[in-house]
Amino acid sequence: MSITDEFTKGLWQTIPPFRLVLGLCPTLAVTTSGINGMGMGLATTFVLVFSNLFVSLLRRFIPSQVRIASFIVIIASFVVIVELVMQAYFYPLFKILGIFIPLIVVNCIILGRAEAFASKQNPLASLADGLGIGLGFTISLFVLGCIRELLGSGTLLEIPVMWSSFEPFTFMLKPPGAFVALGILLATMNLISQVQARKGGGR
Amino acid sequence: MSDFILLMISAILVNNILLIRFLGNCPFLGVSRSMDTATGMGMAVIFVLTLAGTITWLVHTYILVPLGLEYLRTIAFILVIATLVQFVEMVVQKTAPALYEALGIFLPLITTNCAVFGVAIININEGYDLITSIFFSFASACGFALALVLMAGLRQRFALVSIPKPFEGTAIGLVTAGLIALAFSGFIGLV
Repeated sequence: MSITDEFTKGLWQTIPPFRLVLGLCPTLAVTTSGINGMGMGLATTFVLVFSNLFVSLLRRFIPSQVRIASFIVIIASFVVIVELVMQAYFYPLFKILGIFIPLIVVNCIILGRAEAFASKQNPLASLADGLGIGLGFTISLFVLGCIRELLGSGTLLEIPVMWSSFEPFTFMLKPPGAFVALGILLATMNLISQVQARKGGGR
Repeated sequence: MSDFILLMISAILVNNILLIRFLGNCPFLGVSRSMDTATGMGMAVIFVLTLAGTITWLVHTYILVPLGLEYLRTIAFILVIATLVQFVEMVVQKTAPALYEALGIFLPLITTNCAVFGVAIININEGYDLITSIFFSFASACGFALALVLMAGLRQRFALVSIPKPFEGTAIGLVTAGLIALAFSGFIGLV
């Protein structure tokens, strides 16, 4: 596969968390608005890109018996960087995302990509893969955040967009709403894929 | 004592770690397809989470704080948890083969279970003392096991009914989880 393919596959074919059902905790917890979703997505992308790059650069030096522990240390180092940078420059967002910033370290997407992709491929392909999957994750979180924000508080990116008599559907901002919204979004994506397959494959 | 009972009720029902705090959702959807795996995972998490909660608290209070290394918390905790899981796996394998049979495959998965790591951090952020941390870790893990078993019970029934095609698999699982979470919202205000 070419570098472009590695990059674009993360945007639809294997877009997390829909196609790769990994990293659900931050997806559900922080997507109460579009901005929060995007912030979380970008923080994860940063860690994913650099952990992929470093795992790939070091892949010949890491003994396979201790590879998981080594990957976790690499990932954790970048998470600490993100944590400190966000605390210093994006304090309000840091407060909102709270515990889910350090939790990036146990986000299965990152360890999954390190194990399944970066430990076997060259640094350039790993970089493209990390960027693609990371942006796919960011887009998913942003879309889910926008849907929940629109229905739950009647705003889009903190600007009121609904008509004046609109009753905010606060259920969408509560934990149950997160599960239901993600479930319906996933079902919609499955439906689109099925329709595409029927058109293309002529089943 | 009544404080501890309230803390347990709060951690199990009101702020359920899976449904309200959103920690540990990957295994929640991954291993809830059958009752046996759900109980196995639930037991493994209760065991490891209680231990991990205790040990990370000790590491934080007696190693990181005196040395002024709190910013290394994330790295230190994940290493402690990863080592602990490996260690528990070896000990259980040697001393209790029957238990190992039951928990075996779930133990390695727990390293990346964000419930374990999340509870360790909550213990520190909330400033709990040692006893409270142990109770809170245990109660959170019980809440995890409860939600997982409830979910598995419901999902087993999906095998018998026809589900609309786009909803098959994870999508219906998520909607079901939403309904369980809605039921748990009824406990808000209990404590």
